[in-house]
Amino acid sequence: MADHAHKLEILRGLIKFKSNTQKIWGVLILLTIVTAVEVILGIYKPEALMAPFLGMKILNWIFIILTIVKAYYITWDFMHMRDETKSLRRMVVWTAVFLICYLIFILLLEGGYVFDVYKEGFVKTDF
Amino acid sequence: MDNTVVSTGTEGKTWGGGNKPLKASYGKMMMWFFIVSDALTFSGFLAAYGFSRFKFIDSWPIADEVFTHVPFFHGNYPMIYVAFMTFVLIMSSVTMVLAVDAGHEMKKAKVTFYMFLTIIGGLIFVGSQAWEWATFIKGDYGAIQTKGGNILQFGEYVEKDGEQIFKRVALRDFAVIDDHKERVQDERKSGLWFTSEGTLPTYTVGEVLNGLEANKNVLVRTQIINEEGHKTVLSREESLRQIRENGTLVVEGANLHVNEYGSPLFADFFFFITGFHGFHVFSGVVINIIIFFNVIIGTYERRKNYEMVEKVGLYWHFVDLVWVFVFTFFYLV
Repeated sequence: MADHAHKLEILRGLIKFKSNTQKIWGVLILLTIVTAVEVILGIYKPEALMAPFLGMKILNWIFIILTIVKAYYITWDFMHMRDETKSLRRMVVWTAVFLICYLIFILLLEGGYVFDVYKEGFVKTDF
Repeated sequence: MDNTVVSTGTEGKTWGGGNKPLKASYGKMMMWFFIVSDALTFSGFLAAYGFSRFKFIDSWPIADEVFTHVPFFHGNYPMIYVAFMTFVLIMSSVTMVLAVDAGHEMKKAKVTFYMFLTIIGGLIFVGSQAWEWATFIKGDYGAIQTKGGNILQFGEYVEKDGEQIFKRVALRDFAVIDDHKERVQDERKSGLWFTSEGTLPTYTVGEVLNGLEANKNVLVRTQIINEEGHKTVLSREESLRQIRENGTLVVEGANLHVNEYGSPLFADFFFFITGFHGFHVFSGVVINIIIFFNVIIGTYERRKNYEMVEKVGLYWHFVDLVWVFVFTFFYLV
């Protein structure tokens, strides 16, 4: 959109860029760092992060949070969601986030239930 | 239609499409709405994957043990290659957004160059994905499937840095070949013209059992994950008993029916989700090529705006966005 300017700050104004091109490279560096952290954690799997927390290992929670961070920057800066109107942003993001959370909730709950049935419901699987 | 109401008193007040409340063109808005629906499709697949995984949470394959190869290198390098693929896709996203940016400034040469780099990045990614599939289909060590559909793998304890480490052993390294094997593949030319079967595994269950009996150090590993987060290794007697009594099929590699790495559902979802994503990348590359040539022949220069590049860019970033999630849920978590 040549007719309106880009917003050039990320991390709530912590980092301000001079031009849109500079912002793109800045976001790339951020995404690369996040991916590198994920890969290093994935290879070494620190023992301290293997403790369970809310039904999953802490490490898995870290992975999911870092993924959402990456998704945020891809959508906001690469797809220019930061520059769209509030109504378009909400139409797209809230709809998707609500439906996806709902879907994940029901399917994972059901999956856990089926696991319990297999485990405790006299279903023989070891043969 | 004279009897319908023609005058509502709101003429000029309702939105006739003239002004843009969202300050986005029709095409861009529709691309966003398509992306929302496509995002929900992918979420459906990933949530179904999560469902199956929670259903078999104590025996799901460990991704680090499945995807360990890097082209042109031997050895065990979990995560490295897929991290490279992720980086390639993020990088091609960056060149795409640079092309969009150059389009805003009406710099044709720069748009062309960045679009070209984006296409190259996309092709590298699709090629890597194909290699990843080929490696997964070909398999590594081979395994035995039981009557109940469980996968039994083989390995031995070796000493490394003063520690006992369970190291996988491939079927080819211990199976005793039976020279008088009578079982041959049924082909259309050999029997009834309308019956045939797929390629037979390299070894029979009997050959593997003989090999297991001959090699006293080889043990069976089941899919059940123990408290330490490792797959359970059976004792020597139990190993022999499992193969002798329950082994029914030799499995090498993975397809839609069997999977030497563990639950067949893992392979099914891997093929389906990465395949669907790979198809998106492929169509993205095709669309990018079309736009690339449009840029070269100056279509958008004459139109005096490069919004088409921006719309295709949205799709391309979306493909990257989906990969970020596929990467997490298939390779990391």
